[in-house]
Amino acid sequence: MIGKKGMIMAGGVVGLLSVVLGYFGNPANMGYCIACFVRDVTGALGMHRAEVVQYARPELMGLVLGAFIMAKTKNEFASKGGSAPFIRFFLGALMMIGALVFLGCPLRMVLRLAGGDLNALPAAGGFAVGIAIGIFFLNRGFNLKRNYTLVSTEGYIFPMLNLLLLFILVVFPGLLIFSEAGPGSMRAPLVLSLISGLVVGGMAQRTRMCTMGGVRDAFLFRDNLLLMGFIGIFLIALAGNLALGQFNLGFAGQPVAHTETLWNFMGMVVVGLSAVMLGGCPLRHLILAGEGNTDSAITVMGLMVGAAFAHNMSLASSPAGATSGGKIVVMVGMLIMLGIAYLNSELADSKVKGDVKVG
Amino acid sequence: MVNVDARGLSCPQPILMTKKAVEKKPESLTVTVDNETAKNNVLRFLNSSGYTVSIVEDGEDLQLIAKTN
Repeated sequence: MIGKKGMIMAGGVVGLLSVVLGYFGNPANMGYCIACFVRDVTGALGMHRAEVVQYARPELMGLVLGAFIMAKTKNEFASKGGSAPFIRFFLGALMMIGALVFLGCPLRMVLRLAGGDLNALPAAGGFAVGIAIGIFFLNRGFNLKRNYTLVSTEGYIFPMLNLLLLFILVVFPGLLIFSEAGPGSMRAPLVLSLISGLVVGGMAQRTRMCTMGGVRDAFLFRDNLLLMGFIGIFLIALAGNLALGQFNLGFAGQPVAHTETLWNFMGMVVVGLSAVMLGGCPLRHLILAGEGNTDSAITVMGLMVGAAFAHNMSLASSPAGATSGGKIVVMVGMLIMLGIAYLNSELADSKVKGDVKVG
Repeated sequence: MVNVDARGLSCPQPILMTKKAVEKKPESLTVTVDNETAKNNVLRFLNSSGYTVSIVEDGEDLQLIAKTN
């Protein structure tokens, strides 16, 4: 078992690599942002046409392959899946849209805080509220039913697709789209990005690090183990930003951020609730998908499709603020998620039993 | 004998299901899981709830057989 010290250290490595990646070219406070990486990869594949956020980020392939290699080495790779795949796909898409209304996944939220971006404070509040809503349903028996052991090839497809994408990026980059301006054009050297991905992927596989899991377990079981990862990320990224003079306290003029408090909050409520329902934050699902869990692979596909919709239909926020489409999807998405959570908990069971007369 | 079937579920569900079963204070209960993380977490929970646990492996399934001390 990994102790609290190990978890803080693992978080610290993520925090350190984020600052290093930012220093060597990744966008500010975005050294390590899973939602942003997925969104950029989606753009590189031409699934959306937002020209400023298109790049097949090697960190992403590194994360999946790092988790894959670690899981294989430790004999923990197993093809599993079949637990409400389409609900997971759909929740993945909503999770991404929520993240893009705030402009960051939970990991970037911590990194933004560590960079002095105070807009991440209401987001953190929203994340906690979303998780608390999820816990309300968990305590009332919410689950998406069990998964199953699947044919062994099933689990290999996702990691192999990541290997293929990495191969294309290195050997046939002409097949992919590369941003010429904006965040997508800001990139750390390929080898550095890839190695950072592999290291964090392997580490996250061992520690089961999860940003949502940290808050959830602290609320639910008073168990702070996973939360230590979160704290490690924050402290080291903060120290790194201060040391490199990248710390800039305030609300206005923060990199790739907007100042609309309500929508920073609401975007992360969506992320928090969907993450509890899915059993993990975007980082965790990449890792699980690398371990052969195809429910998580489908969740990642949902993230990509969500990113594509978010940019094709102007749901993603920009530094100018949230869009009307984004606001509508966040509100309607909340209602749909509450419905799914309710219908798959004991609350709905008891209603049905009460209403239906037997005989 | 109380049986909790938490196979195919990942944490926290196995713990929550075990917790619910333990609230009725049964003298013995069996929790079946199919992954190491769930096994470790449920084991920790049962031990802290005052049960002595023995573990039986049955193919992919892991049975935690718990008895009151």
